Amino acid sequence: MSTPPSDWEVVIGLEVHVQLHTRAKVFASSPWGFGQEPNEQVDPVVLGLPGTLPVVNREAVEKSILFGLVVGASVPEHCSWDRKNYFYPDNPKNYQLTQKDFPVVVGGQVEIELPGASRNVMGEHKFIRIHHAHLEEDVGKLSHAGSGSLVDYNRAGVPLLEIVTEPDLRSSAEAEAFLRSLVAMITQAGVADCDMEKGQLRCDCNVSIRRRGTEKLGTRTETKNLNSISSVRDTVIYETARQIRELEAGRSITQETRGWNAELVRGYVLRDKEDAHDYRYFPDPDIPTLKISRETVTRLSALVPENLYDRQRRYIANLGLPYTAASVLVNDRALAEWFELAVAAHPANPSGIANLVANDLLRDLAASATAPVSLESCLIKPAQLAGLVKLTDEGVISKQQAKEVFTEMFTSGRDAAAIVDAKGLRQNSDTGELEKIVQEVIADPAVAKSIAEYRAGNEKAINALKGPIMKRTQGKANPVLIDQLLRKFLG
Amino acid sequence: MGEVLHTLSAGELGRRLAAGTLTSRALCEALITRFKALNETVGAFTHLDQADVLAQADASDARRKAGQGRGPLEGIPVAIKDNIAVKGQPLTCSSKMLAPLVSPYDSHVAERLRAAGAILYGRLNMDEFAMGSSTENSAIRKTFNPWDLARIPGGSSGGSAAALAAGLVPLSLGSDTGGSIRQPASHCGVVGLKPTYGLISRFGLVAFASSLDQIGPMARSIEDCELLLNALASADARDMTCFGPADRALAPSGDAKKLRIGIPKGFLGKGVAPEVAAAVNAAVAFYRAQGCAISEVELPSSDLAVPTYYVVATAEASSNLGRYDGVRYGHRSASAGTPVEMMTASRSEGFGPEVKRRILLGTFVLSAGYADAYYVRALRARAKIRGEYLAALAGVDMLLTPTVPTPAFKVGEKASDPLQLYLEDIFTIPANLAGLPALSVPCGKSGHLPVGFHLVGAPLSEAKLLAAGRLFEAAHGFAHQQAAL
Repeated sequence: MSTPPSDWEVVIGLEVHVQLHTRAKVFASSPWGFGQEPNEQVDPVVLGLPGTLPVVNREAVEKSILFGLVVGASVPEHCSWDRKNYFYPDNPKNYQLTQKDFPVVVGGQVEIELPGASRNVMGEHKFIRIHHAHLEEDVGKLSHAGSGSLVDYNRAGVPLLEIVTEPDLRSSAEAEAFLRSLVAMITQAGVADCDMEKGQLRCDCNVSIRRRGTEKLGTRTETKNLNSISSVRDTVIYETARQIRELEAGRSITQETRGWNAELVRGYVLRDKEDAHDYRYFPDPDIPTLKISRETVTRLSALVPENLYDRQRRYIANLGLPYTAASVLVNDRALAEWFELAVAAHPANPSGIANLVANDLLRDLAASATAPVSLESCLIKPAQLAGLVKLTDEGVISKQQAKEVFTEMFTSGRDAAAIVDAKGLRQNSDTGELEKIVQEVIADPAVAKSIAEYRAGNEKAINALKGPIMKRTQGKANPVLIDQLLRKFLG
Repeated sequence: MGEVLHTLSAGELGRRLAAGTLTSRALCEALITRFKALNETVGAFTHLDQADVLAQADASDARRKAGQGRGPLEGIPVAIKDNIAVKGQPLTCSSKMLAPLVSPYDSHVAERLRAAGAILYGRLNMDEFAMGSSTENSAIRKTFNPWDLARIPGGSSGGSAAALAAGLVPLSLGSDTGGSIRQPASHCGVVGLKPTYGLISRFGLVAFASSLDQIGPMARSIEDCELLLNALASADARDMTCFGPADRALAPSGDAKKLRIGIPKGFLGKGVAPEVAAAVNAAVAFYRAQGCAISEVELPSSDLAVPTYYVVATAEASSNLGRYDGVRYGHRSASAGTPVEMMTASRSEGFGPEVKRRILLGTFVLSAGYADAYYVRALRARAKIRGEYLAALAGVDMLLTPTVPTPAFKVGEKASDPLQLYLEDIFTIPANLAGLPALSVPCGKSGHLPVGFHLVGAPLSEAKLLAAGRLFEAAHGFAHQQAAL
């Protein structure tokens, strides 16, 4: 859907603004969060009152460094802040503190996975390079009401990590895959929540096109302030088509800043290069250069979780999981860790555990009244789920019964064995009694045809005998045992 | 008794308060009486909340009575320059832009003074946003030199110096970006100290040029200046450039008679008036006679100081003053329009001509295509000047020059010539560029006008500077002097 006509290649670079998960704002002690009344989360520093000074929030710097470690960036010895000067009412100081020359993260890369031919097939993997990431302050929100304008500074000073990619993305699908991968890595490391509905992740999208096979980059446009992954995808599709149309009509691309209307699914010009701001950057004299100690880096390194694609490869190669289950599990760190605890309790059947986690558990969590889906409030503990799979593997209950037991476990939090006993589900493993039933069924003329087929070499024909046996035992017979006895008597 | 209270030092007032022969209320009432009689003439204060002052005085007296006195400043009034935030008091910076503003918070130094039991006594006039050397740039009122009411008191802390010289208050706070404490101290015959950059928290000081600004104590004697300094210096997590507690700066220094004093080569060639040169040379002769080692030092880049300063200071100011736009506080233009039009109109109406001149200059030197030629070069020159000063101060304990080349000029005399006015700060600016402590000490008169000399020391050598000042002060009659009004 996003592939440009074959002789054009699209080149995309993203600037992703992520609100970091911190208690306080980036240069002030005021807390922040979503859904407060306007101008509730302000203090003299946030409002830029005369005489106030910024103080760098250590937590925000550490989350930024953690991000750098997650993407394998080098952590510099020092970082510093600069002032970006421009006048706008949502900007309390009329300059924004940002990092122009010495950002907190330099380099790094993000592994992405493109969609496969079907959801059961793994797609191509690529690496997208990160140019740098810098820690800056968010601005307030200006809205227009009637004849006046209203400004809310709750968002002003919220720590914002701006992640700038190299122009490595080549399609809307790659841009989408990059953002999904980035969000997964950031959230799994606890760097940020990336809740797009709360504006915690916003993108600027740089797009240019060139003839396939050529090196020189075309003139790019920058579409600003995209607040969802789908808007980025749509912008790339729209802007690629627009630029191809312009060039094929013999016109040229203007270097310009654009906006995006998500409802109309179309872009528009905000300002062209002539109107570009002169931000008069200079080093902020209020914040001395910050030294990043190697001890801090070492401490933060220990917090870096396993990369999700490393985890995915491990699940497939070492645990024998199918791609589909592995890809579901690794997208949620808590789910993956939950799964691994269950595997630790019953290492014999990771696929059986994965199947229950990725299907039944996720389905029931999603359907339960408590939103958002939370493993913490889940009544089943990993070892209990392992116990259920173990009972199934040992033939104590059938797979069908396991589903029923699972549902009971999910609502009560009781152990599988206790539920099996209470419900009288334990399968009959009394060989003597079962032998008698098996022999009676074999003697029944109704199954003579199946017996003959089995003896003629049709393995599957034996299954026709299992139904009547189960029926006579009210489903409590151990299917493994039935199979053994049938083969014994049918010789 | 009320007649003489205004002539006493803070140290003496403290002793009387401690002895129970004086109450803070009686002291404040006497000073309020004097304020009512003289402030219209001198124009030092822009605001004095008398009820608030008396309430603070009563609280102080009650503390003392309960045995909970907070130290040597307990009950003593300290007047504060109108660019230092005091909760509930105006914070105008003598600008129309901030005329409506009442500070909702205390600066660090205001907190320190309250913790020391001092009375936060009124708001002092200044050049608008501390930009100027005569206090003529105040949008609120003129301040006159108490020694000659036709003359300027210096600036930008002109109100702080004039209030001391007129006996309106025993102690005051100023701020110094290029000489704004020391130059008016010299013109008004009082002591003014610009501390080492970072010794005193800037939290609550309205920024002019953040890398140069420091709050400092002003008083009529070295002893009083030191008393106030000790109350102000402390660590503050709200200012990342403040490193306190600076025990080294405040520790008692050695024998002042063994100090090594450097005299920068050729300083008398820089337009120094003969009477000023004579007074400063007499001070040098005094130190030599006391046994101090006097030597000449080379500071080859000192001519770069004034141009460097006017690039760095205006660049920072153009950004620091960006926040005054009428959106959140301060002057808002009545003219309607879009938010951005309202901001533009508010700034055009709210700022005075000197402030606009410096914002324009600073905007220019940071502009794309010009920043390398001006701002970046100025940073290099600043590093060179700092290097030369530190090198010179490795060989001597302090440098001695006049504080200002000439005595106080007449009101309006230089108002039309900003470049001439900028040269007022030729001796004081390098200490700001290099972040060094510097002290102005009264050392004589040019006719009826006070003259001061200027000592610059290595970082955190405040105690040495004050010791040198004390040695001079003890042998001369310039301590505690007040103009006859």
